[in-house]
Amino acid sequence: MMLAGLNIVPALPETFLLCAVSVLLMLDLFLKENSRAILLGGSLLSLIVTALIVLNVGESGVIYTFHHMYVLDPLATAMKLAAIATVFVIFVYGTQYVTDRGMFKSEYYALMLFALMGICVLVSANNFLSMYVGLELLSLSSYALVALERDSVKSTEAGMKYFVLGALASGMLLYGISMVYGGTKSLDVNEVATIIGSGAANMVLVKIGLVFIVAGLAFKLGAVPFHMWVPDVYHGAPTAVTMFVSSAPKLAAFVFVSRVLGQALPALHGEWQQMLMVLAVLSIAIGNITAIAQTNLKRMFAYSAISHMGFVILGVMVNSQAGYAASAFYVITYMLMTLGGFGLILLLTKAGFEGDQLSDLKGLAQRSPLFGGVLLLVMFSMAGIPSTVGFISKFSVLSAVLAGGNVALAVIVVLLSVIGAFYYLRIVKLAYFDAPESTAELSTDKGMKFALVVNGLFILALGILPQSLLDYCQQVVLASFAS
Amino acid sequence: MIGLTNYLIVAAILFAIGVLGIFMNRRNLIILLMSLELMLLAVNINFVAFSQFLSDMSGQLFVFFILTVAAAESAIGLAILVVLFRNLNSINVEELESLKG
Repeated sequence: MMLAGLNIVPALPETFLLCAVSVLLMLDLFLKENSRAILLGGSLLSLIVTALIVLNVGESGVIYTFHHMYVLDPLATAMKLAAIATVFVIFVYGTQYVTDRGMFKSEYYALMLFALMGICVLVSANNFLSMYVGLELLSLSSYALVALERDSVKSTEAGMKYFVLGALASGMLLYGISMVYGGTKSLDVNEVATIIGSGAANMVLVKIGLVFIVAGLAFKLGAVPFHMWVPDVYHGAPTAVTMFVSSAPKLAAFVFVSRVLGQALPALHGEWQQMLMVLAVLSIAIGNITAIAQTNLKRMFAYSAISHMGFVILGVMVNSQAGYAASAFYVITYMLMTLGGFGLILLLTKAGFEGDQLSDLKGLAQRSPLFGGVLLLVMFSMAGIPSTVGFISKFSVLSAVLAGGNVALAVIVVLLSVIGAFYYLRIVKLAYFDAPESTAELSTDKGMKFALVVNGLFILALGILPQSLLDYCQQVVLASFAS
Repeated sequence: MIGLTNYLIVAAILFAIGVLGIFMNRRNLIILLMSLELMLLAVNINFVAFSQFLSDMSGQLFVFFILTVAAAESAIGLAILVVLFRNLNSINVEELESLKG
């Protein structure tokens, strides 16, 4: 039998995660109302164990398994670790919020962990089929998570919009994949690249497929002009879920884009570079300009996310090792910023009160100098001001663009980021120079407060000493994109 | 003799009807779900046609996965539709307007 040679070790983290979630779901049936804390503990524990397994099965080389369907390379390992850490932080930040809103149930944890499993499958997929399965596991769990606050019109409406546009994106992506399959007679990432390279492919079909694939990917990344769902979903979803939608899936989307475009269709880079360039510049421009007009913090972060995704696309567009490494660094450090941003919203939020308006931040530095400092770091980092990690990540993407010889593009992007700095600095002004509108106490969740301070310190520390993470990203990309 | 191109044209027309159905329909959310389903079925026709004409099985295998995932997707879509109807008492697309800015 063919099973004899089957090596399941590379997929062990996902296998463990699946078993752990199933156990947690079963366990919930037997738990009493007041002992739900076991769920949180169990979820955090399974995340830690999964991360340990990822660390142990990860190797410096590239391993294929399940008949080339599944790949374990350093890029996949790095992104899995980042995604697991992100979900861990989300659980810590969100506990108080989900308790206050009656969402402290196994659905929240199970769906989030299933989505994480989707991310892990997606970053390890080496075949369009396994990519599709991972992507849908992630998307379907996210749709349900967004609509989790069942009695809220906003939450369910956001869920519906996310579902319709997400399914549309999947449809586009699939249509593109079917065309690439028709042109190359293969669904395997490496085989598709080889067949196109050898000239045996039907290039008309492959190029039609490429257009649909880029459109589908742009939808999933939330890049302009396919960004309509992003602000509504961020705004409507419960904040703890928004924090998830804005963070971990971006890691998977980056790997997805670089595998499909950089590993399967590198021969067509002339075509997709132009498309990505338009997407990136439009995302950075429209994201930054529209964000100025927002009064809702979650909506503002949504437009800010669109512009940050523009930078990630920009790094992929360069199609060089330095470009992919810069994008990987950008997307990993963006996790710190977006978690910090939504953590601050959760800090202001209480039972029956959403602290998601810009005015809620007024005088934060007076109410709590410590969290005023965290806000300062997060906003400076998002704006890209030196000594925070946001500067290093923007700098490395731009130097990759310059190394690719595209000076005009780099200048335009820098000018657009200056526009973006306006609304980040406006928040700092509100927090430091305006009188507080409310003197109510900030969140009392000690674990969350501690994690938020650590999050802020990480932004500062990586801004001053970024070299180890930069080197790590370069090694990872070098080892994974060697072929 | 029906060739590969005929199948591709049928699939492209169905796919276009699906996409247009999503963007032009301003009244009913159920029609939106039907349009999404139509898009996926158009992709299935593509895969089966390619699979047959290239004599390669993996396309037909992909169709099984798409059908299964599409079923799960409809289930989630209808579930969200039900909670939305409970909140809004309507499935009119134009009434999805509480999120603006």
